[in-house]
Amino acid sequence: MEYIRTPKVENVRLLDRVSSRKAPVGTLYLTATHVIFVENVSETRKETWILHSQICSVEKQSTSATGCPLLIRCKNYQVIQFIILQERDCHDVYISLMRLSRPEKYEELYCFSFNPNLDKEDREQAWNFIDLKAEYNRMGVPIQLWYITHLNRDYGVCDTYPTVLYAPTSATPPIIIGSSKFRSRGRFPTLSYYNHDNHASICRSSQPLSGFSARCLEDEQMLQAIMKANPGSEFMYVVDTRPKLNAMANRAAGKGYENEDNYSNIKFQFIGIENIHVMRNSLQKMLEVCELKSPSMGDFLWGLENSGWLKHIKAILDAGIFIAKAVAEEAISVLVHCSDGWDRTAQVCSVASLLLDPYYRTLKGFMVLIEKDWVSFGHKFNHRYHHLDGDPKEVSPVIDQFIECVWHLMEQFPCAFEYNERFLVHVHNHIYSCQYGNFICNSQKERREQRTRERTHSLWPHMWKNSTDYMNPLYRPDHSQTQGVLRPDTAPYCFKFWRGMYNRFEKGLHPRQSVIDFLMAVKEETQQLEEDLEIHEEKIAKLEKLQVKHNEIKANPRDINKHLGVSTSDNSIANTPQDYTGTAGIFPSCSPSQLDEESSVLILTRDTLKSSDPDLSTNSDQESGVADLNCRSPSGGDSLPSEDSAKDPDSDEAANSAA
Amino acid sequence: MEFAELIKTPRVDNVVLHRPFMSRVEGTLCLTGHHLILSSRQDSNEELWLLHSNIDSIEKRFVGTLGTVIIKCKDLRIIQLDIPGMEECLNIASSIEALSTLDSVTLMYPFFYRPMFELIEDGWNTFLPEQSFKQIESLTDEWRLSYVNKDFNVCPSYPPILAVPKSIDDDTIRKVATFRHAGRFPVLSYYHKKNGMVMMRSGQPLTGSNGRRCKEDEQLINATLRAGKRGYIIDTRSINVAQQAKARGGGFELEAHYPQWRRIHKTIERSNILQESLIKLVEACNDQSHNMDRWLSKLEASNWLTNIKEILTTACLAAQCIDREGASVLVHGTEGTDSTLQVTSLAQIILDPTSRTIRGFESLVEREWLQFGTFLGNNSFERGKLKLPQKTVSLWSWVNRPQDTERFLNPLFEANSLVIWPSVSPQSLLLWEGVFLRWNRSSKCLDEAYEEMIHIIEHNKELQSKVSTLHRQLAELETEDVQLETP
Repeated sequence: MEYIRTPKVENVRLLDRVSSRKAPVGTLYLTATHVIFVENVSETRKETWILHSQICSVEKQSTSATGCPLLIRCKNYQVIQFIILQERDCHDVYISLMRLSRPEKYEELYCFSFNPNLDKEDREQAWNFIDLKAEYNRMGVPIQLWYITHLNRDYGVCDTYPTVLYAPTSATPPIIIGSSKFRSRGRFPTLSYYNHDNHASICRSSQPLSGFSARCLEDEQMLQAIMKANPGSEFMYVVDTRPKLNAMANRAAGKGYENEDNYSNIKFQFIGIENIHVMRNSLQKMLEVCELKSPSMGDFLWGLENSGWLKHIKAILDAGIFIAKAVAEEAISVLVHCSDGWDRTAQVCSVASLLLDPYYRTLKGFMVLIEKDWVSFGHKFNHRYHHLDGDPKEVSPVIDQFIECVWHLMEQFPCAFEYNERFLVHVHNHIYSCQYGNFICNSQKERREQRTRERTHSLWPHMWKNSTDYMNPLYRPDHSQTQGVLRPDTAPYCFKFWRGMYNRFEKGLHPRQSVIDFLMAVKEETQQLEEDLEIHEEKIAKLEKLQVKHNEIKANPRDINKHLGVSTSDNSIANTPQDYTGTAGIFPSCSPSQLDEESSVLILTRDTLKSSDPDLSTNSDQESGVADLNCRSPSGGDSLPSEDSAKDPDSDEAANSAA
Repeated sequence: MEFAELIKTPRVDNVVLHRPFMSRVEGTLCLTGHHLILSSRQDSNEELWLLHSNIDSIEKRFVGTLGTVIIKCKDLRIIQLDIPGMEECLNIASSIEALSTLDSVTLMYPFFYRPMFELIEDGWNTFLPEQSFKQIESLTDEWRLSYVNKDFNVCPSYPPILAVPKSIDDDTIRKVATFRHAGRFPVLSYYHKKNGMVMMRSGQPLTGSNGRRCKEDEQLINATLRAGKRGYIIDTRSINVAQQAKARGGGFELEAHYPQWRRIHKTIERSNILQESLIKLVEACNDQSHNMDRWLSKLEASNWLTNIKEILTTACLAAQCIDREGASVLVHGTEGTDSTLQVTSLAQIILDPTSRTIRGFESLVEREWLQFGTFLGNNSFERGKLKLPQKTVSLWSWVNRPQDTERFLNPLFEANSLVIWPSVSPQSLLLWEGVFLRWNRSSKCLDEAYEEMIHIIEHNKELQSKVSTLHRQLAELETEDVQLETP
């Protein structure tokens, strides 16, 4: 490819930021889609893959005696540092990556070349896996109260909205059009969630163009119509998710917020969630804390506080709780907006929906929620997640915050979610990876123009196919915790730094044994045992009845400990000390790297752990399991694992496309 | 002294009790020698039994004649009692105060407690020093038990039986004891089977500002080194604090006199600082302001996690010296009764798989904390005088009953014979919510998750045994089948 100045550099070292392990030496390859580092160790030839679309920044640091360091920060929070011997090679790689990681046209995105070998029909079917019309039917939206409007069928009313929208029955087309003209970018109030139990609904829109005194009769009628679609209610809430000051400042630009006096029966409420710029800076500060080399507890906590990140997460969750409470407990409909109604509004509406409806806490339901509140309503994926080279001020971790809110809820309600943390992490990864077409472009209109349904693939059926990886073993649909509305505690001490996301690739920081993985393995085993039990019972019944000779295939009961011992503990890390001295060179007899080798030897001599390859500890992927090493073997040159993890189900498909 | 003298008002009616996560209860309050009891008469289940010894502090307030007593417990719970009548309230408050600060050990509850369960195993005899030494003896002959302290003359705070290097006689030990803080001479704390390295602990050496030395002390600890090998002394104080100790007659091992030993200073705070840190943390957890910045800055300012990180790091370092460097280790701070024990006991949990079992943990607590540190009575000598084994019940007698042990078992436990190396980075060390947030938020959902986890594992075990039973049955049927067919 034209942008690749050098396809291959040898004698490159990969530094580990956390452990003091000796940096492996290997070869660096640049392909059209990935940066690949292959270690020289001949038995393992461990590979590290980085998608160009995941690269957030590339930094060339000043050359030292050991070589020229190249620091790559990824959007999935992986940070990788290579040391390249020759300054010139380093420069070539740097220049190539600067271009490769900043595509200028949609055609350059990975999803347009990624080919999992599905035929046309399957591809189309895959895109129909999530059907939003079916979702509104599932909610039980009654036709007496709400109707489907096709006013936006050619995006004439609002080019960032989908073609199919729900409006309250009494909102006639002139009211809708009038209201849309009084709202930023034509984003008129429309239905996001309908609560079947009591008719209360969550609607969303952008800010009104009220300035200091402007009014719009149709917009006032629109809100009246929404309230009327909740029979028996005497008022509705209008929630402006911005801080009051920001909303007031907007009035000077002819925008602003609803004046309670002009609208009959609304209760207006500000909820101060900060704007995308504040959030971007906050994340930046938190990531700096994550990158600190052996920080003290004080450094870490101070940095975390100073970033303000958890405060923002709490604000979003609090907003969601306010809305869920209004809908579930007061049976009052809510209209939510911010400025344009595609960032904070999406966050808050989806958090509220998730609190209200157990369906969104299932695997399929979460996919539907993302498609509904984020994809279809024009969340600007392209701008926010920097898919195409553009204005860096448009970039902001909006959906990251939503996903983190979900994680916090999972921590408080461990049995209420069908999916697990890994699912959230993988969804997050793919929002940035551009491997699938779901999160490309800024709106449905743009996606149609790009013909994404014909030219790219959908992520959801693919994740669905691998759903066993994403199941929460503690989930029980019949559990009291699972039913009904979630009422989380939002006291400050309930909010924790999400290590599994922001330090995801620093394996040394994670628990050595994963409870969830252990339980998943037990459950899998239980399923197998149930099958065995049935087979045995059948056979015994047959034998007792007929007393005829059988050719039995003996099924041995499984030894669970043997099975689990390797799959759920990362013994290679658990058996390697960190730097506890705080002073380099306190142990002259033994360098840290030697320690590591020692530990490998230790592990290899124990047969119970024979498959716990020491190499795993150098693997940057969090989810790598022992069994996955096969697909990383050098013989499988055409079997290229995905950027995400060896366990990531994408590996096969990535292979095909790269082949 | 009689308890009755301290109980000014033994009983008050119409008292209202407020507890976290529970609805208020109205009932009768009674004070006994060791308990505060509140019982609603309608429902016998609604009872509170609070040990006076669990009470940390009390506050009283009045609105008219309605008094309110707020009790802060040592388990961090805060309960409130509304007591009608100013005199009653004042009496109750002063009685609680007196009863919760008894100065005589023999008046404490253990001396009055009679177990309601059958004593199957007497916990007092579960962990005898001779027994735990037997295991070491089977592995090495480099150590012996010394009875030099049998009358608590050499070191009043040590137990009567101690493990010391075989080549060191009791006279030498007596001399060493005079050179160590409070007579706490270096003794064996842990023997690492894998490589024969040991961990010892002691009080600080009394070098004073003149750099006094003691040949016997040097001889004792050098006796634990293999030829050509060096050892590590882990001083739990910063170098500055250790320097300052010299002025008060204490000090540290000088390089010149201990050339085979490398000294490493770590900074573990003293117990009074830890206590302050704990108070700040509890205060932060009880802050009602709902302000994230405030919470994080209070959590940071408490320094609690910093202290935890430091203790754990030092223990890891000790373990690393032993397991990875193949070196013996001596741990001490000033007295060798607080930070030293934190380090030696944690290092054993890291190194020794046995100490990760229930009985192993009990044994560890006995060896490191009870014999050498604190609890009821401060040391073996005091406990001997109190005749604890005769007059009180050992906790282990209760914990080790099969039905109770069951409750304390970790369902996820898989025996792991290896050394476990934890991460000590700030991202890895979390606030222990089960203790510090126990009374601040409902644990219902987390408890349910725990039950579900147990259910998943139990169900799996049940199926395993069913399948293997059927498997055997099948095999038998098959053999019968074959026999039937064989002519």
